[in-house]
Amino acid sequence: MEKKDIIQSFKDSLFTGLIALALFGPIVGLRTVSKGEGLFITPQWGVVFLLVGLCILGRFLININSARRKEFKIFSTLSSKFSSITEDKAKHFAITGILFAVVFPFLPFTDRYFMDVAIMILTYIMLGWGLNIVVGLAGLLDLGYVAFYAVGAYSYALIATTFGWSFWICLPLAGVFAAFFGILLGFPVLRLRGDYLAIVTLGFGEIIRIILINWYEVTNGPDGITGIPRPSFFGLPFKRSPDEGETSFHLFFNLEYSTMHRIIFLYYLILVLALITNYFTLKIRKLPVGRAWEALREDEIACKSLGVNPTNTKLTAFAIGAMFGGFAGSFFATRQAFISPESFTFIESAIIVAIVVLGGMGSQTGVVLASIFLIGITEMFRDLEQYRMIAFGGAMVLIMVFKPKGILANRKPTILMHGDKK
Amino acid sequence: MLKISNVETFYGKIQALRGVDLDVNDGEIVSLIGSNGAGKSTLLMTISGVNKARKGNIVFNGENIENKDPHKIVDMGICQVPEGRRIFSRLTVEENLRLGAHANEKGKHFENDIKEVYDLFPVLSDRKTQRGGTLSGGEQQMLAIGRALMSKPKVLLLDEPSLGIAPKLVNQIFVSIKNINKEKNVTIFLVEQNAKKALELADRAYVLVNGKVTIKGPGQELLKNKDIQAAYLEGGAKN
Repeated sequence: MEKKDIIQSFKDSLFTGLIALALFGPIVGLRTVSKGEGLFITPQWGVVFLLVGLCILGRFLININSARRKEFKIFSTLSSKFSSITEDKAKHFAITGILFAVVFPFLPFTDRYFMDVAIMILTYIMLGWGLNIVVGLAGLLDLGYVAFYAVGAYSYALIATTFGWSFWICLPLAGVFAAFFGILLGFPVLRLRGDYLAIVTLGFGEIIRIILINWYEVTNGPDGITGIPRPSFFGLPFKRSPDEGETSFHLFFNLEYSTMHRIIFLYYLILVLALITNYFTLKIRKLPVGRAWEALREDEIACKSLGVNPTNTKLTAFAIGAMFGGFAGSFFATRQAFISPESFTFIESAIIVAIVVLGGMGSQTGVVLASIFLIGITEMFRDLEQYRMIAFGGAMVLIMVFKPKGILANRKPTILMHGDKK
Repeated sequence: MLKISNVETFYGKIQALRGVDLDVNDGEIVSLIGSNGAGKSTLLMTISGVNKARKGNIVFNGENIENKDPHKIVDMGICQVPEGRRIFSRLTVEENLRLGAHANEKGKHFENDIKEVYDLFPVLSDRKTQRGGTLSGGEQQMLAIGRALMSKPKVLLLDEPSLGIAPKLVNQIFVSIKNINKEKNVTIFLVEQNAKKALELADRAYVLVNGKVTIKGPGQELLKNKDIQAAYLEGGAKN
């Protein structure tokens, strides 16, 4: 390592320290405390210096690491560990992952809290897989994906509370409605790409949310919809004391009543829905329409010159991606039994996009890893309260430093040589 | 077979084609030469429908195609190999070829068609599962031509197939173009800056200057033309 490099990285990290000081100084350093007659400022410079010091040290280590990869073992071993996660190993990971997911509810340490987190992670995995069709395969950056999630949730809630139809009828209907909105969004953005597309989809997401807030007669505005029917086990409700003429789940199977039954059922429901999404995506990639999505992502002009119809290709991508968002939405509605526009803000879209990008655009296994990582980490640090978003941001920074193209950046070919089959 | 009359194409306010008249007969190789910015690529894009003509007619087998969508035009049998190859670089060679078959009844005769392409360019067969972006320039050009052939075109529009390719491979690609024309009976409309090669290969040729055709005639004749020699051959084009 040359002396010049060290001096350079040292200067750079001092500069980082300055920025950190400017940020943390006022935000962390000046703490307002309310005491009787008003607010008082209590300085806490110790914490600021600690944070700034950490920033300088971190930046210095990263600099040195990128200047000479081999010399500093800590970072290079870490990052090589990450890069050894190839699609090849991902296959084994997928199989063990599914097996683990199936037995998870019956593991000894699994309690109510773990189940709730697992259901949440699975919901995000499903949303990530749905969005992956639009962003990862078709290359259309959609920042308003939560709109379809909302359309699915509200369709389910409104149909179920108005007509009293069962979950299994409402679910496909919610998917159809969401797909319809996908096409509705698709038409005006057919000619847009990249940043411009992102801006319009962002706006679309907000439009849907604002309609939900203001269309009081239908959506009940900011009060949301309550009393959404819970799902039943193919006609058997999860109730302690069923209505007359009804048999509930625990009576039918002769079990002690437990609220866990419903949670476990919800868990398997979202697991199956997510796996259907995944299976569908893997299959459609090998069909002409899926291949056309990927070609469109690579080069639109080449697509046109080869006779691929970009209009249909984009609209199908939007529609199918939206449909899965809608399915996830109706699951969300039935699980919560209450929905309001609060649940469908931009941050949700941002998290889903982050999962797809951090996972490695277009990689199905990457989405799983990224959801576990991002949602799991924010849950793990729930005790840190307001600092947990820092953990979330930190996780993103770490992934971008070590794997700038996402956890699994390699695209898996859809056609293999005969000898390649495993 | 393909008749272009008085075509004018604009990019916004800038006029790229100023009334082009040109025709391509069944089974011919027709070359179009001209310097940078003459409008050669624009003409190809206009024929394939990616750019739209503001004025004039393009008639293919008795049908007007100037207002048709690009995918309809490919369905009718005109396929373009775009300038700079435009390979789908993250997709494998075989996936690229499959995309070419997109218009062709969704791959009904796929196995046979792909075998023909591999026979024509054996190197592609060796690299089936490799990503398009990892091929050399010449191999990418072969892939681009093969991909276009998968749509079973009657007319193949080639935009500067020699661009950025090693001279040895350029010869090979021009031999392949001749084979495609003679053996597979595909009419070729070739746009080239490499005027010498393009004129040698062509049955007939056109010279495009500032969006207008200025000279036309049999390829061999244009090779001897004094003006063309001065403008495009001597010192201009190599090999």
